[in-house]
Amino acid sequence: MHELAIVQRILEAVCERADGRRVRRVTVRVGALTAVVPGAMLFCWELAAEGTDADGADLDIEQRPATARCRACGADLELADLVLLCPCGSADLAVTGGRELQIVSMEVT
Amino acid sequence: MCATCGCGPHHHETVTLEQRVLAKNDALARANRVRLAGRGIRAVNLMSSPGSGKTTLLERTVRDLNGRRPVAVIEGDQETRLDADRLRATGCAVTQVNTGAGCHLDAAMVGDALDRLDPADGTLLFIENVGNLVCPALFDLGEDGKVVIVSVTEGADKPLKYPYMFAAADLVVVNKLDLLPYVDFDLDACRAHVSAVNPRASLVTLSATRGDDIGSWYEWLLLN
Repeated sequence: MHELAIVQRILEAVCERADGRRVRRVTVRVGALTAVVPGAMLFCWELAAEGTDADGADLDIEQRPATARCRACGADLELADLVLLCPCGSADLAVTGGRELQIVSMEVT
Repeated sequence: MCATCGCGPHHHETVTLEQRVLAKNDALARANRVRLAGRGIRAVNLMSSPGSGKTTLLERTVRDLNGRRPVAVIEGDQETRLDADRLRATGCAVTQVNTGAGCHLDAAMVGDALDRLDPADGTLLFIENVGNLVCPALFDLGEDGKVVIVSVTEGADKPLKYPYMFAAADLVVVNKLDLLPYVDFDLDACRAHVSAVNPRASLVTLSATRGDDIGSWYEWLLLN
Protein backbone atom coordinates (compact mmCIF):
# COMPACT_ATOMS: atom_id res chain seq x y z
CA MET A 1 0.00 0.00 0.00
CA HIS A 2 2.68 2.50 -1.05
CA GLU A 3 -0.12 4.58 -2.56
CA LEU A 4 -0.62 6.11 0.89
CA ALA A 5 3.02 7.25 0.92
CA ILE A 6 2.58 8.58 -2.63
CA VAL A 7 -0.58 10.46 -1.68
CA GLN A 8 1.16 11.96 1.36
CA ARG A 9 3.99 13.23 -0.87
CA ILE A 10 1.45 14.80 -3.21
CA LEU A 11 -0.33 16.50 -0.31
CA GLU A 12 2.96 17.81 1.14
CA ALA A 13 3.96 19.26 -2.23
CA VAL A 14 0.63 20.92 -3.05
CA CYS A 15 0.07 22.32 0.45
CA GLU A 16 3.59 23.76 0.41
CA ARG A 17 2.96 25.42 -2.96
CA ALA A 18 -0.55 26.57 -1.95
CA ASP A 19 1.08 28.47 0.92
CA GLY A 20 -2.02 28.77 3.08
CA ARG A 21 -4.56 28.98 0.25
CA ARG A 22 -7.27 26.37 0.06
CA VAL A 23 -6.60 23.52 -2.40
CA ARG A 24 -9.79 22.51 -4.25
CA ARG A 25 -8.54 20.12 -6.91
CA VAL A 26 -5.29 18.31 -7.67
CA THR A 27 -4.46 16.73 -11.03
CA VAL A 28 -1.81 14.03 -11.20
CA ARG A 29 -0.41 11.93 -14.06
CA VAL A 30 0.18 8.23 -13.38
CA GLY A 31 1.90 5.96 -15.90
CA ALA A 32 1.05 2.29 -16.23
CA LEU A 33 4.64 1.28 -15.42
CA THR A 34 4.84 2.97 -12.02
CA ALA A 35 3.22 0.22 -9.89
CA VAL A 36 0.85 2.85 -8.52
CA VAL A 37 -2.82 1.85 -8.54
CA PRO A 38 -5.13 4.84 -9.16
CA GLY A 39 -8.00 3.21 -7.24
CA ALA A 40 -5.80 2.79 -4.17
CA MET A 41 -4.72 6.45 -4.42
CA LEU A 42 -8.33 7.61 -4.47
CA PHE A 43 -9.09 5.28 -1.58
CA CYS A 44 -6.61 6.97 0.75
CA TRP A 45 -6.77 10.50 -0.68
CA GLU A 46 -9.72 11.74 1.36
CA LEU A 47 -8.37 10.38 4.65
CA ALA A 48 -4.83 11.63 4.09
CA ALA A 49 -6.08 15.10 3.11
CA GLU A 50 -8.15 15.47 6.26
CA GLY A 51 -6.99 18.39 8.38
CA THR A 52 -4.65 19.75 5.66
CA ASP A 53 -5.23 22.73 3.36
CA ALA A 54 -6.38 20.19 0.78
CA ASP A 55 -9.13 18.76 3.02
CA GLY A 56 -12.08 17.98 0.75
CA ALA A 57 -10.13 18.56 -2.49
CA ASP A 58 -10.83 16.40 -5.53
CA LEU A 59 -8.07 14.20 -6.93
CA ASP A 60 -8.05 13.83 -10.72
CA ILE A 61 -5.84 11.08 -12.11
CA GLU A 62 -4.69 11.16 -15.75
CA GLN A 63 -3.58 7.64 -16.58
CA ARG A 64 -0.85 7.16 -19.18
CA PRO A 65 -0.29 3.92 -21.11
CA ALA A 66 2.97 2.01 -21.26
CA THR A 67 4.57 2.61 -24.66
CA ALA A 68 7.80 1.47 -26.24
CA ARG A 69 9.81 1.66 -29.46
CA CYS A 70 11.26 -1.51 -30.92
CA ARG A 71 14.97 -1.11 -31.65
CA ALA A 72 14.84 -3.96 -34.17
CA CYS A 73 11.93 -2.97 -36.45
CA GLY A 74 11.34 0.63 -35.34
CA ALA A 75 7.67 0.11 -34.47
CA ASP A 76 6.01 2.19 -31.77
CA LEU A 77 3.76 0.04 -29.63
CA GLU A 78 1.57 0.10 -26.58
CA LEU A 79 2.48 -2.56 -24.01
CA ALA A 80 -0.32 -4.61 -22.47
CA ASP A 81 1.92 -5.64 -19.56
CA LEU A 82 5.50 -5.37 -18.40
CA VAL A 83 6.75 -8.11 -20.70
CA LEU A 84 8.92 -6.27 -23.20
CA LEU A 85 8.16 -8.04 -26.47
CA CYS A 86 7.46 -6.63 -29.94
CA PRO A 87 5.15 -8.52 -32.34
CA CYS A 88 8.22 -8.79 -34.65
CA GLY A 89 9.76 -11.11 -32.03
CA SER A 90 12.36 -8.68 -30.67
CA ALA A 91 12.69 -8.09 -26.94
CA ASP A 92 14.98 -5.10 -27.51
CA LEU A 93 12.52 -2.34 -26.63
CA ALA A 94 13.08 1.19 -25.36
CA VAL A 95 10.30 2.27 -23.02
CA THR A 96 8.96 5.64 -24.20
CA GLY A 97 6.04 6.17 -21.83
CA GLY A 98 4.32 4.87 -18.73
CA ARG A 99 6.83 5.90 -16.07
CA GLU A 100 5.14 9.24 -15.33
CA LEU A 101 4.30 10.00 -11.71
CA GLN A 102 3.75 13.73 -11.66
CA ILE A 103 1.67 16.42 -10.06
CA VAL A 104 0.30 18.29 -13.06
CA SER A 105 -1.59 21.18 -11.48
CA MET A 106 -3.87 22.25 -8.67
CA GLU A 107 -6.78 24.59 -8.27
CA VAL A 108 -6.63 26.91 -5.27
CA THR A 109 -8.90 29.59 -3.81
CA MET B 1 -21.70 31.27 -4.22
CA CYS B 2 -18.91 29.76 -6.23
CA ALA B 3 -20.24 27.56 -9.05
CA THR B 4 -17.31 25.16 -8.94
CA CYS B 5 -17.36 24.09 -5.34
CA GLY B 6 -20.16 26.04 -3.62
CA CYS B 7 -17.79 27.38 -1.01
CA GLY B 8 -18.46 31.12 -1.09
CA PRO B 9 -17.43 34.06 -3.23
CA HIS B 10 -13.83 33.67 -4.21
CA HIS B 11 -11.48 33.37 -7.12
CA HIS B 12 -10.35 29.97 -8.37
CA GLU B 13 -6.81 29.85 -9.63
CA THR B 14 -5.13 26.97 -11.42
CA VAL B 15 -1.48 26.54 -10.50
CA THR B 16 0.69 24.48 -12.83
CA LEU B 17 3.15 22.30 -10.93
CA GLU B 18 4.46 19.67 -13.39
CA GLN B 19 6.66 18.19 -10.70
CA ARG B 20 7.52 14.60 -9.98
CA VAL B 21 5.65 13.16 -7.02
CA LEU B 22 8.80 11.55 -5.67
CA ALA B 23 10.98 14.61 -6.33
CA LYS B 24 11.78 15.02 -2.65
CA ASN B 25 12.67 11.34 -2.16
CA ASP B 26 14.76 11.38 -5.33
CA ALA B 27 16.65 14.50 -4.17
CA LEU B 28 17.38 12.84 -0.81
CA ALA B 29 18.46 9.68 -2.64
CA ARG B 30 20.86 11.72 -4.77
CA ALA B 31 22.29 13.28 -1.61
CA ASN B 32 22.76 9.79 -0.10
CA ARG B 33 24.46 8.64 -3.30
CA VAL B 34 26.89 11.57 -3.33
CA ARG B 35 27.64 11.06 0.38
CA LEU B 36 28.35 7.34 -0.13
CA ALA B 37 30.41 7.80 -3.29
CA GLY B 38 32.54 10.44 -1.58
CA ARG B 39 33.62 7.84 0.94
CA GLY B 40 34.02 4.92 -1.43
CA ILE B 41 31.03 3.10 0.06
CA ARG B 42 29.16 0.71 -2.21
CA ALA B 43 25.49 0.35 -1.22
CA VAL B 44 23.32 -2.58 -2.27
CA ASN B 45 19.54 -2.56 -1.76
CA LEU B 46 18.26 -6.10 -1.05
CA MET B 47 14.59 -6.71 -1.78
CA SER B 48 12.41 -9.82 -1.71
CA SER B 49 9.23 -11.27 -0.32
CA PRO B 50 9.33 -12.24 3.38
CA GLY B 51 11.11 -15.55 3.96
CA SER B 52 13.26 -15.70 0.82
CA GLY B 53 16.46 -15.82 2.90
CA LYS B 54 17.72 -12.21 2.77
CA THR B 55 18.99 -12.25 6.34
CA THR B 56 20.54 -15.73 6.03
CA LEU B 57 22.32 -14.63 2.86
CA LEU B 58 23.57 -11.54 4.66
CA GLU B 59 24.79 -13.53 7.67
CA ARG B 60 26.93 -15.72 5.42
CA THR B 61 28.07 -12.78 3.28
CA VAL B 62 29.16 -10.74 6.30
CA ARG B 63 31.08 -13.68 7.77
CA ASP B 64 32.83 -14.41 4.46
CA LEU B 65 33.65 -10.85 3.40
CA ASN B 66 34.21 -9.02 6.65
CA GLY B 67 37.98 -9.61 6.56
CA ARG B 68 38.27 -8.42 2.95
CA ARG B 69 36.26 -5.23 3.15
CA PRO B 70 34.34 -3.47 5.98
CA VAL B 71 30.69 -4.55 5.86
CA ALA B 72 27.71 -2.74 7.41
CA VAL B 73 23.96 -3.33 7.29
CA ILE B 74 20.90 -1.10 7.45
CA GLU B 75 18.16 -3.50 8.46
CA GLY B 76 14.57 -2.57 7.52
CA ASP B 77 11.58 -4.31 9.08
CA GLN B 78 8.14 -3.18 10.09
CA GLU B 79 8.76 -4.23 13.70
CA THR B 80 11.38 -5.86 16.02
CA ARG B 81 15.17 -5.80 16.17
CA LEU B 82 15.44 -9.56 15.58
CA ASP B 83 17.25 -9.36 12.25
CA ALA B 84 19.61 -6.64 13.46
CA ASP B 85 20.51 -8.85 16.43
CA ARG B 86 21.18 -11.80 14.11
CA LEU B 87 23.49 -9.69 11.98
CA ARG B 88 25.24 -8.02 14.88
CA ALA B 89 26.22 -11.52 16.01
CA THR B 90 28.25 -11.87 12.80
CA GLY B 91 30.40 -8.95 13.87
CA CYS B 92 29.39 -6.19 11.47
CA ALA B 93 28.01 -2.71 12.15
CA VAL B 94 24.19 -2.77 12.03
CA THR B 95 21.42 -0.27 12.48
CA GLN B 96 17.74 -1.19 12.52
CA VAL B 97 15.02 0.88 10.87
CA ASN B 98 11.48 0.02 11.93
CA THR B 99 8.99 1.38 9.43
CA GLY B 100 5.95 0.63 11.61
CA ALA B 101 2.96 0.67 9.26
CA GLY B 102 5.25 1.56 6.33
CA CYS B 103 5.85 -1.10 3.72
CA HIS B 104 9.18 0.13 2.30
CA LEU B 105 12.31 2.10 3.14
CA ASP B 106 12.68 5.58 1.67
CA ALA B 107 15.68 7.82 1.10
CA ALA B 108 15.04 9.88 4.27
CA MET B 109 15.08 6.74 6.46
CA VAL B 110 18.34 5.62 4.85
CA GLY B 111 19.87 9.09 5.34
CA ASP B 112 18.97 9.00 9.05
CA ALA B 113 20.31 5.44 9.34
CA LEU B 114 23.60 6.57 7.75
CA ASP B 115 23.92 9.29 10.41
CA ARG B 116 23.61 6.65 13.14
CA LEU B 117 25.71 3.98 11.45
CA ASP B 118 28.50 6.24 10.18
CA PRO B 119 30.09 3.44 8.09
CA ALA B 120 33.86 3.42 7.54
CA ASP B 121 35.30 4.56 4.20
CA GLY B 122 35.22 1.79 1.60
CA THR B 123 32.42 -0.12 3.35
CA LEU B 124 30.23 -2.57 1.51
CA LEU B 125 26.82 -1.43 2.79
CA PHE B 126 23.76 -3.67 2.58
CA ILE B 127 20.34 -2.12 2.89
CA GLU B 128 17.92 -4.93 3.71
CA ASN B 129 14.55 -3.58 2.64
CA VAL B 130 11.20 -4.53 4.17
CA GLY B 131 10.12 -7.97 2.91
CA ASN B 132 7.72 -6.94 0.15
CA LEU B 133 7.82 -7.48 -3.62
CA VAL B 134 5.74 -4.44 -4.54
CA CYS B 135 6.36 -1.14 -2.77
CA PRO B 136 10.16 -0.94 -2.36
CA ALA B 137 10.62 -1.00 -6.16
CA LEU B 138 9.46 2.60 -6.44
CA PHE B 139 11.74 4.29 -3.92
CA ASP B 140 15.31 5.20 -4.82
CA LEU B 141 17.44 5.04 -1.68
CA GLY B 142 20.70 6.26 -3.19
CA GLU B 143 22.03 2.72 -3.62
CA ASP B 144 24.48 1.61 -6.31
CA GLY B 145 22.60 -1.57 -7.10
CA LYS B 146 19.23 -3.23 -6.53
CA VAL B 147 19.20 -6.96 -5.82
CA VAL B 148 16.00 -9.00 -5.84
CA ILE B 149 16.09 -12.36 -4.07
CA VAL B 150 13.65 -15.13 -4.91
CA SER B 151 13.83 -18.65 -3.47
CA VAL B 152 13.01 -21.97 -5.11
CA THR B 153 10.27 -22.58 -2.53
CA GLU B 154 8.39 -19.71 -4.17
CA GLY B 155 6.90 -19.96 -7.66
CA ALA B 156 9.12 -19.68 -10.76
CA ASP B 157 6.51 -17.27 -12.08
CA LYS B 158 7.29 -14.61 -9.43
CA PRO B 159 9.03 -12.34 -11.98
CA LEU B 160 5.83 -12.20 -14.05
CA LYS B 161 3.58 -11.74 -11.01
CA TYR B 162 5.70 -8.94 -9.55
CA PRO B 163 7.17 -7.43 -12.72
CA TYR B 164 7.81 -3.94 -11.32
CA MET B 165 10.20 -5.30 -8.73
CA PHE B 166 12.06 -7.53 -11.17
CA ALA B 167 12.17 -4.76 -13.79
CA ALA B 168 14.03 -2.58 -11.26
CA ALA B 169 16.67 -5.22 -10.41
CA ASP B 170 20.33 -5.11 -11.41
CA LEU B 171 20.81 -8.64 -10.09
CA VAL B 172 18.35 -11.45 -9.33
CA VAL B 173 19.50 -14.02 -6.78
CA VAL B 174 17.71 -17.40 -6.80
CA ASN B 175 18.21 -18.74 -3.28
CA LYS B 176 17.65 -22.12 -1.53
CA LEU B 177 19.22 -24.02 -4.43
CA ASP B 178 19.81 -26.95 -2.01
CA LEU B 179 16.03 -27.48 -1.91
CA LEU B 180 15.65 -27.68 -5.69
CA PRO B 181 15.40 -31.52 -5.78
CA TYR B 182 12.43 -31.40 -3.40
CA VAL B 183 10.29 -28.69 -4.95
CA ASP B 184 8.56 -28.07 -8.24
CA PHE B 185 10.57 -25.04 -9.38
CA ASP B 186 11.54 -24.62 -13.04
CA LEU B 187 14.83 -22.72 -12.96
CA ASP B 188 14.95 -22.24 -16.75
CA ALA B 189 11.42 -20.83 -16.74
CA CYS B 190 12.34 -18.47 -13.92
CA ARG B 191 15.37 -17.31 -15.89
CA ALA B 192 13.22 -16.72 -18.98
CA HIS B 193 10.64 -14.78 -16.96
CA VAL B 194 13.32 -12.53 -15.50
CA SER B 195 14.69 -11.67 -18.92
CA ALA B 196 11.16 -11.11 -20.27
CA VAL B 197 10.57 -8.27 -17.80
CA ASN B 198 14.20 -7.16 -17.49
CA PRO B 199 16.68 -8.17 -20.21
CA ARG B 200 19.56 -6.27 -18.56
CA ALA B 201 19.38 -8.04 -15.15
CA SER B 202 22.05 -10.58 -14.21
CA LEU B 203 21.03 -13.77 -12.40
CA VAL B 204 22.89 -15.98 -9.94
CA THR B 205 21.72 -19.15 -8.18
CA LEU B 206 22.97 -20.17 -4.75
CA SER B 207 22.21 -21.68 -1.37
CA ALA B 208 22.69 -19.20 1.46
CA THR B 209 22.45 -21.88 4.17
CA ARG B 210 24.98 -24.29 2.61
CA GLY B 211 27.07 -21.85 0.63
CA ASP B 212 26.61 -23.65 -2.72
CA ASP B 213 27.63 -21.47 -5.70
CA ILE B 214 28.10 -18.46 -3.43
CA GLY B 215 31.17 -17.32 -5.40
CA SER B 216 29.27 -15.64 -8.23
CA TRP B 217 27.36 -13.53 -5.66
CA TYR B 218 30.61 -12.31 -4.12
CA GLU B 219 32.04 -11.66 -7.55
CA TRP B 220 29.05 -9.47 -8.40
CA LEU B 221 29.29 -7.64 -5.09
CA LEU B 222 33.01 -6.95 -5.25
CA LEU B 223 33.47 -6.35 -8.97
CA ASN B 224 30.37 -4.35 -9.91
